[in-house]
Amino acid sequence: MHRIAHALAALPDNPALSARTAINGVAAICDPLGGLYLPDLDILVVSDLHLEKGSAFARRGMLLPPYDTLATLRILDAVICRHHPKMVISLGDNFHDRVGSALMPELFRQMIETMARGREWIWINGNHDPDGTVSLPGSSADELHYAGLVFRHEPAKDAPAGEIAGHLHPAATVTRREKRVRRACFATDGRRLIMPAFGVTTGGLDLRHKAMHGLFDRQSLVAHMLGRDRIYSVKFANLLG
Amino acid sequence: MNQIDSAARVKTSLSLPQPFLRWFADKGWQPRAHQLELLSRVEGGESMLLIAPTGAGKTLAGFLPSLVSLTERGKIPPGSAFTGIHTLYISPLKALAVDIERNLMKPVGEMGLPVHIENRTGDTPAAKRQRQKLSPPDILLTTPEQVALLLANGEAERFFKDLKYVVLDELHSLVTSKRGHLLSLGLARLRKLAPGLQAIGLSATVADPMDLQRWLSPQRAGENNHAGLITVTGGARPQISILRTEEHVPWAGHSAAYAIGDIYRAIGEQNTTLLFVNTRSQAERVFQELWTINDDNLPIALHHGSLDVAQRRKVEAAMSENKLRAVVATSTLDLGIDWGDVDMVIHVGAPKGASRLAQRIGRANHRMDEPSRAILVPANRFEVMECQAALDANYIGAQDTPPVGKGALDVLAQHVLGMACAAPFDPLALYTEITSASPYADLTWETFERIVDFVATGGYALRSYERYAKIRKTKEGLWRVSNPLIAQQYRLNVGTIVESPMLNVRMVKRNARGSLGRGGMPLGKVEEYFLEMLSPGDTFLFSGKVLRFEGIRENECLVSQGYTLDPKVPSYAGGKFPLSTYLAQQVRKMLADPARHASLPDQVRDWLSLQKDLSMLPKEDELLIETFPRGSRHYMVIYAFEGRLAHQTLGMLLTRRLDRAGLKPLGFVATDYSLAVWGLEDLGAAFRSKRPSLAHLFDEDMLGDDLEAWLNESFLLKRTFRNCAVIAGLIDQRHPGKEKSGRQVTVSADLIYDVLRSHEPDHILLEATRNDASTGLLEIERLGDMLSRIKGHITHRPLTQISPLAVPVMLEIGKEAVGGDAQDFLLAEAADELFGEVVATVPRVS
Repeated sequence: MHRIAHALAALPDNPALSARTAINGVAAICDPLGGLYLPDLDILVVSDLHLEKGSAFARRGMLLPPYDTLATLRILDAVICRHHPKMVISLGDNFHDRVGSALMPELFRQMIETMARGREWIWINGNHDPDGTVSLPGSSADELHYAGLVFRHEPAKDAPAGEIAGHLHPAATVTRREKRVRRACFATDGRRLIMPAFGVTTGGLDLRHKAMHGLFDRQSLVAHMLGRDRIYSVKFANLLG
Repeated sequence: MNQIDSAARVKTSLSLPQPFLRWFADKGWQPRAHQLELLSRVEGGESMLLIAPTGAGKTLAGFLPSLVSLTERGKIPPGSAFTGIHTLYISPLKALAVDIERNLMKPVGEMGLPVHIENRTGDTPAAKRQRQKLSPPDILLTTPEQVALLLANGEAERFFKDLKYVVLDELHSLVTSKRGHLLSLGLARLRKLAPGLQAIGLSATVADPMDLQRWLSPQRAGENNHAGLITVTGGARPQISILRTEEHVPWAGHSAAYAIGDIYRAIGEQNTTLLFVNTRSQAERVFQELWTINDDNLPIALHHGSLDVAQRRKVEAAMSENKLRAVVATSTLDLGIDWGDVDMVIHVGAPKGASRLAQRIGRANHRMDEPSRAILVPANRFEVMECQAALDANYIGAQDTPPVGKGALDVLAQHVLGMACAAPFDPLALYTEITSASPYADLTWETFERIVDFVATGGYALRSYERYAKIRKTKEGLWRVSNPLIAQQYRLNVGTIVESPMLNVRMVKRNARGSLGRGGMPLGKVEEYFLEMLSPGDTFLFSGKVLRFEGIRENECLVSQGYTLDPKVPSYAGGKFPLSTYLAQQVRKMLADPARHASLPDQVRDWLSLQKDLSMLPKEDELLIETFPRGSRHYMVIYAFEGRLAHQTLGMLLTRRLDRAGLKPLGFVATDYSLAVWGLEDLGAAFRSKRPSLAHLFDEDMLGDDLEAWLNESFLLKRTFRNCAVIAGLIDQRHPGKEKSGRQVTVSADLIYDVLRSHEPDHILLEATRNDASTGLLEIERLGDMLSRIKGHITHRPLTQISPLAVPVMLEIGKEAVGGDAQDFLLAEAADELFGEVVATVPRVS
């Protein structure tokens, strides 16, 4: 809830405590609302929005609250207002299922149109929504190569340096005084970065999970964890499995 | 009850049918007076509640009306029209239903009665269930969940049309839970299907029998309907004592490790001893300590709900064959039924409630005319007083079972969907039926409509799910299910027992190359959240063994033999009861009355007299608050005696208020007896100068705005919400062991809660969550009663150092879990210490 509450309270002139990093030499700022801003390229990256997850479940008989899309879009709006990027890249699983973007209520569609006004918008296709989006601003693509970086949904096993991906919903855990705290995180070793899931009803997968094996150089891997109003950066060696 | 009146109504045994009389005579027995009275009053048309101690022939009494009626009816001739079941027996335990079948078949067989008895539980094979529907037995023995399933079926009307009696066993333990709420709604439906239905409730002694009497009978506005009551008193008075020891009784803690030597000696003196403890971790600890000193190699076993079923059955079998000298167990309900003679009960830790103690001691002996023997082993000094209070209560027969309570809304939602699955329903007729169940007698039409709306489309203000509705209104105004899949989904998720996600624990060995082998013995189940606190290599106590945590593979927790004697003990809180209001009051009385200190052990008496010299002993209706500095902090200790849950809520609310008063509270810790709050400012000085005054600080308005504000951000409500969401059918229960791909949760209840809270705070499910929390987890009602009781009776005692009475709660500091704000605090500490380049991003001006 703190992320929703904070996004609703976040004013454009309210500085957030972010973490600065670089991927393949390109500067990047990890925002605690869950977006990655690339200042030199003026690009904002978000990933795994999982819009219309509630109604995807409703279609299968579980009537989850229909407010997840609204909540996610409000946070997205807050992070866009903070950075005013010239381009937004959404790294796939933009919708929770294939029909999500076609069946999305008009209200939400208008919110996205307002956000996209005056900037470029790229929808990268994910495994949940491989067919692209319907009647939304921007264009769809399977992946995007730009300025020495490659943007795709699923991290590739032998990708050269400069990959920014999503899909895995990374989360990390720290222990202090025998208490454990687990949060979603940006995970990067300087060569590649995996984005935290942005959608408000998305869960996380621990950085030590076997699905993460082989993706990072663990010596230089850092988890930039999402806190209430700041990022907490912790080296992989100091995390708990 | 009026004696003459009841004697006039009692049948003589001569009016029993011949086979019964012959059977009693052959056995050399006499039917008991209460058995005959129950039979006669049920035959006279009453529904009845029978309250009797263990061993009083309660079960036979409950079935006697059915058996007599079925004997008089005789076998249904072949070729007759379909006949539905005659009697429904409902017990809270599968094992009990199975056991009763065995125990009932014996006399029925010996008398040669023309009665067909079968049981139906979750374990009954599908073929047998199907056959039961086509050709029902006369008596069906089953559980509340199975009743809900049978009633949600299209053939329910036919199946139950001939139902004459419903027998409800262990009613006292059923009615106070959500299972009881669901069953009360089921009973209302049964009455509609079989209008002449009579209910027979069997119960242990309770505080307010009228609660149960009303529960058994249909409620209508303006009428005072209730079942008749038969109370069997007597039975030999139990012999209970409190363990006297030469050892030092600890200030705090729950392990009772100091008394292990004494307990072991007591076990050695008896043939069979049953050791009750309050939590599973306590059971593990006591079991391990006993084996450490078990030089005589006495057969001592462990039994609690998390252990593997096969292991539990093995222990129960050994027990019934009298092969064991002692069993360490958590609660009577965890135990199977048929388990031999027990000579003595040892209760480790305070019993927390007078009725609970009586029911547990009742386990010591199934013969009513022999006294039960029990020893209470207090784990700390406050528990010495609590044990004494429970013992006194047992002596005078005081009862403190909880009231039935208001029917839960999530249960109602489940029932409404179930009724739509059975047949299209008319909303007004269903409302009338539901309000005839006593827990739902006060349900308003408006709330009922909101529940129907919730079942249909989720009940959201944003009406976007009309096209996905689960139930729809027909042209005739009836609600029906939208498609057969909805009914199937309902059947998979019926019931009110929500398990926290559990993982199987499996013992594995490392092979020569050091990697973990496959297979190995299953030991039981452990909550996922507990395992998430462990790192590979950590050791913990489970199943009586010290285990080394190796890791999690799919839905299994792999462990190996842990070669250490000092494990990290499981902190899971399975079965932790709060102190009952009655016992709390008794402990306050005892504390206030120096004359009663004489009966307490020397150590405790000295402790109290030291408290009197250095601070004071509060009077019964007085709230004592001590303040003192210690280290670099200032403490206040509040002796409220209202149980841990109510104290936790009070702690949350007080810290909010102190924070607002600028007193910078840092934390609090609660025990069953007192609450300690600490901070950086001198709390004593602040109260003396009335900034704020204690009267203001403890004002009842605390339960208004502060409570609301706190609830809105409390992580405590999330678990309650998850339970409500599962029961109400919003999210599906994860069935342990049936997950397809390991531990990926399809949807997280916590995240749903956050979204719903921030966008529709008045949603009916959030209301259900708050209702639950205010009586259960947060004990807000109890706290409210306390705040009004202590008004004008607050005594502040500023001290220069810690008082004797404060020591126990001060020792608990640092053992509490953290959540909410404190989590971010810990994160910051970790990040700042371990790494960290943090920059402020100032937005661009474009």
